[in-house]
Amino acid sequence: MLVVGLMSDFIQRESTNHMNTEIFGIGGMFAASVLLAMPLGRYISNVYSGERTLLDPLFNPLERIFYTISRIDPHIEMGWKQHMQAMLVINLLWFLMSMLILMTQGALPLNPDGNPSMSADLAFNTSVSFLVNCDLQHYAGESGVSYLSQFWLMFLQFVSAATGMAAVVVLFRAFRDKTAQTLGNFYVYLVKSCTRILLPLSLILALVLVFEGTPMTFAGKDTITTLQGDTVEVSRGPAAAFVAIKHVGTNGGGFFGANSAHPLENPSYLSNMVEMVGQMIIPLAMIFAFGHFIRRRKLSWVIFGVMTLGFMVLTIPNVLMEMRGNPAIAQMGVDSALGAMEGKEVRIGAAASGFWSIVTTAISTGSVNAMHDSSMPLSGMNQLLAMMVNAFYGGCGVGLLNFFIYIILAVFISGLMVGRTPEFLGKKVEAQEMKIAMFVALLHPFLILVATGLATAFPAQGASTVSNPGFHGFSEILYEYTSSAANNGSGFEGLGDNTLWWNITTGIVLILSRFLPIIGPVAIAGLMAQKKYIPEGEGTLKTDTGTFGMMIFTVIVIIAALSFFPALALGPIAEYFSMI
Amino acid sequence: MSTNSSLFQQEMVQQALKQSFVKLNPKVLYRNPVMFTVEVGTLIMAMVCVWILAGERSQGSFGYNFTVCIILLLTLLFGNFAEAIAEARGKAQANSLRKTREETPARLQNGQIISSAALKKDDVFICVSGDIIPSDGEIVQGLATIDESAITGESAPVIREAGGDKSSVTGGTRVLSDKIVVRVTTQPGESFLDKMIALVEGASRQKTPNEIALTILLAGFTLVFIIVTVTLKPFADYANVSITIASFIALFVCLIPTTIGGLLSAIGIAGMDRALRANVITKSGKAVETAGDIDVLLLDKTGTITIGNRKATRLYTADGVEMDTLTRAAVLSSMADETPEGKSVIELAAVDPSAYGVSNPVYVKFTAETRSSGIDFDGIRIRKGATDTIRSLVLAAGHTFPKEVEGRVHLIAEHGGTPLVVSQNEVVLGVIELQDIVKPGIQERFERLRKMGIKTVMVTGDNPLTAKYIAKKAGVDDFIAEAKPEDKMNYIKKEQSEGRLVAMMGDGTNDAPALAQADVGVAMNSGTQAAKEAGNMVDLDNDPTKLIEVVEIGKQLLMTRGTLTTFSIANDVAKYFAIIPALFITAVPSLQALNIMNLHSPQSAILSAVLFNAIIIPLLIPLALKGVAYKPIGASALLRRNLLLFGLGGILVPFIGIKIIDMLVSLWM
Repeated sequence: MLVVGLMSDFIQRESTNHMNTEIFGIGGMFAASVLLAMPLGRYISNVYSGERTLLDPLFNPLERIFYTISRIDPHIEMGWKQHMQAMLVINLLWFLMSMLILMTQGALPLNPDGNPSMSADLAFNTSVSFLVNCDLQHYAGESGVSYLSQFWLMFLQFVSAATGMAAVVVLFRAFRDKTAQTLGNFYVYLVKSCTRILLPLSLILALVLVFEGTPMTFAGKDTITTLQGDTVEVSRGPAAAFVAIKHVGTNGGGFFGANSAHPLENPSYLSNMVEMVGQMIIPLAMIFAFGHFIRRRKLSWVIFGVMTLGFMVLTIPNVLMEMRGNPAIAQMGVDSALGAMEGKEVRIGAAASGFWSIVTTAISTGSVNAMHDSSMPLSGMNQLLAMMVNAFYGGCGVGLLNFFIYIILAVFISGLMVGRTPEFLGKKVEAQEMKIAMFVALLHPFLILVATGLATAFPAQGASTVSNPGFHGFSEILYEYTSSAANNGSGFEGLGDNTLWWNITTGIVLILSRFLPIIGPVAIAGLMAQKKYIPEGEGTLKTDTGTFGMMIFTVIVIIAALSFFPALALGPIAEYFSMI
Repeated sequence: MSTNSSLFQQEMVQQALKQSFVKLNPKVLYRNPVMFTVEVGTLIMAMVCVWILAGERSQGSFGYNFTVCIILLLTLLFGNFAEAIAEARGKAQANSLRKTREETPARLQNGQIISSAALKKDDVFICVSGDIIPSDGEIVQGLATIDESAITGESAPVIREAGGDKSSVTGGTRVLSDKIVVRVTTQPGESFLDKMIALVEGASRQKTPNEIALTILLAGFTLVFIIVTVTLKPFADYANVSITIASFIALFVCLIPTTIGGLLSAIGIAGMDRALRANVITKSGKAVETAGDIDVLLLDKTGTITIGNRKATRLYTADGVEMDTLTRAAVLSSMADETPEGKSVIELAAVDPSAYGVSNPVYVKFTAETRSSGIDFDGIRIRKGATDTIRSLVLAAGHTFPKEVEGRVHLIAEHGGTPLVVSQNEVVLGVIELQDIVKPGIQERFERLRKMGIKTVMVTGDNPLTAKYIAKKAGVDDFIAEAKPEDKMNYIKKEQSEGRLVAMMGDGTNDAPALAQADVGVAMNSGTQAAKEAGNMVDLDNDPTKLIEVVEIGKQLLMTRGTLTTFSIANDVAKYFAIIPALFITAVPSLQALNIMNLHSPQSAILSAVLFNAIIIPLLIPLALKGVAYKPIGASALLRRNLLLFGLGGILVPFIGIKIIDMLVSLWM
């Protein structure tokens, strides 16, 4: 109903020229991402299956040096448990190094602006959040970190994205062969993700950004004199490289506090488009890579279709609502022909900001080019829903892992509905797999609801730091934990979030919601890989059909709607109905 | 046998009602996590009622809280009733079978007469014409015609005799002629029927793997809703909304999948019960479930695909052999051949074998290994058997196998007949043609199986050519020709190693290993004890096509679970729209917009939702017991159909139901 109303309203005003341009811009960004993702998917599949690729002459010798130094034998095959062990150990190592660097950065080199070392709780929160590909930032880049720390955080942005990608490749392997005990080598997947995929893409993106005006320097703050004659200190640094991997790796941690709303981080409409394409491209390509890798391209298209449907259902109303403007402001006599421009950048506009807000929440990037706190209430709800589902494309690698859990649940229910023990890609889904799938599916609402519940139950810690009272304040708390649990990293903001409470609680949510949802699906895939392969027969429920796609979509909607409806009713929905 | 198909008989209902209360015992209920949490909720509501009586004012009126408490109790009782009525039906069915064999006198070999209940394993008793057989057993001596209609409903008498594959007799059946000596094969209380009754009664009922996986899913949903409900308390406090305990409990109970939770075990029991109604005794619930997953079905040609047995239709002589010579040899070689084929040779020749006056004959019996039979007398060796067997016999003796016979053999085989070559002193005399007739309607059944995704395999002792002809005519997908017992076993193992599930039917002791190896092995009741022990089902009707029904019962069982789960979860959408506005409306009036059903008041909305939640259980009991109809229209089409019926239906039905109940409830409020 709401959508229909918005559509008719939109059509009436469609004659306005700038709107056409804005919509065209969004369409262009999306189309470019999909078109680039298809060949990239094939390339990614080739990289992981060890086939010859273009960059072999450059990186093969380099990787051999890595392996020799770290004493890794790339030919050792690992089972799913060894994979996960390797992942946890190396992540723990990175965490410890991160704590060390951030808590001593004040005394370390590459600190031209003389920024201080971090407190233990902030360093904990920052380390964890960059490690888990979330990049929730309770500091501002200009004053909170040194250039050395920025470099360290950039390193984490590479390896955290690569961790997710390596994990999903374990799942790819599990379904490629009929029966498999070993699923390749984790370190090989990790290194190749960095060198063959993340590095080249980041390099291209960083170059475009540099040409558009993003700084790339080791010099400290610059001083400029404005037309009025005031002097202003402008922070700069090696930003272009940072911003590139921030998007390509779906990390989202900004170099500057204002993230991609900052004019140096996202200088123009073109840079905005490139950053948008940059963050969508790997999650999209991973879907196609999956199909190539296991030689079932049709399945890729079904997954892509379901994800795109969900993405569109969230995006279209958002763009329309943001373009229509805020009725409360219109009542004050302010012209809102440009849309709801509160908290948005004029060079980007309402439509592209609304579109970005769903891309960044759906894809787990968490970078922002506008204040989500100022979005229309139901736009805010869609941003929340995008993170509550966390599988409409989703983050690098982890998006598919999350989606896999929904597939398993859909396979189970629909298998029963056609009178056959459920199976996916020729492997039976039994009690053991259901236990893990249900645990992971349960974890997400558990973390979000329980953490939000605690923050509201102890107002001295949680609720008192909220800047808005009532429903909107509730949305702010709900958003912070949803963003943490989805490893997203965007903030609704409006929270005084650099406190012991927020640093520790979000940190814990981050760790739990990162590693368990990776281990769960990989474990299921590992267990299924060991099972006997059942050839497809006429009674087999095919999983690469539109019907099954609808089933997955229904499962996703039902699980998200059923778990979060009461919370959403008290937050954005109550706010919306109070406003109209 | 009573085949009363009415779902609810008065006696059963009374018994089930009583059981509904007995099953409230938490020790019993904790096996079902969904209903167990409802019981906890009911107890909390009971305490709230006491609290209000003690003077508490913040929780609303006593009447309202008491009503909620009673409705929750009803929800529990309805769930228990579903299970109890399924048990009662299963038990009644099994008892009607068991009744026939109770308290029958048994005459032991020493002439002593004791009650059948006192018979122990390995006791030997005697039955003469007119006796009712007191216990399951194996004939050790004699032959008798037996009326098995009490068990199978089939009025034509059957012949059972010592030795061979038809030596088994069932307690409760009647001997019509002759005298047999029978050895008891089961301990009292351990017959298949006893085991089945125990399964139905729940004493030894174990959850099947699929049931366990589904229980995990349901427990998961229950946990989600515990979290949703508990965290709503601080959320509501933050928004300054006060919510009564009754509302919390109502929200929780409505959201958890009580419908499928209440009906889950009833569905499982009803599956076994349906099998029993088809006269199949299952040894475990798992077997029925597995039957629904079968990929490959091994069927014996004779009796299943073709009518009864092959008959000799014509004799063909080899060049230079007189027809009389061939006829004589054919008849003599069939004298001791008790197989129907052997008898039909004598019928065809229309000669009395004794007219040939053979003295001191030595009979060579037909075995599956040698695949030939014959007779030796006065230095004459007559053999009749499969072409290969006779050929190797002839060649081994240095003679040649005539070309024209070879041609005839091929011609017969091509036309679906079976050639039997007859030799005398290792010289070929000619060929006997045996013909098979495919059962009418069998092609349609195989077509139905193919649509279910099941591959049918015909097992036959025929040569490949004949087998191919009949396989094509009957429409089976594959065949095993010239099958020896181990061929069946190998075929099953091969299919299983490729990940397929195999079902087969068998009756002979030869079949026992294959029956045990198959994922679903159905032994015929007339079969040997070994076969019955090896399989996981016993078919009382001895009907080889019964497997097809068993497969459908298995599929129905899974589908009923799946569709009711979907229905149950889809229901939550409407319940949310009933309860959420009711919870918040006083504090957040703008949320009235979510009350899209326009329910009368918050209290009536909650009562209607809880009441709908309770009532839907008994309304669905008939569906749970009968099972969702299976249609072989392909998996994707079936999924679409069931999603539309139970998914979309599950969303829409409660909107209508809750609205109607609300209109009724608001008359009193």
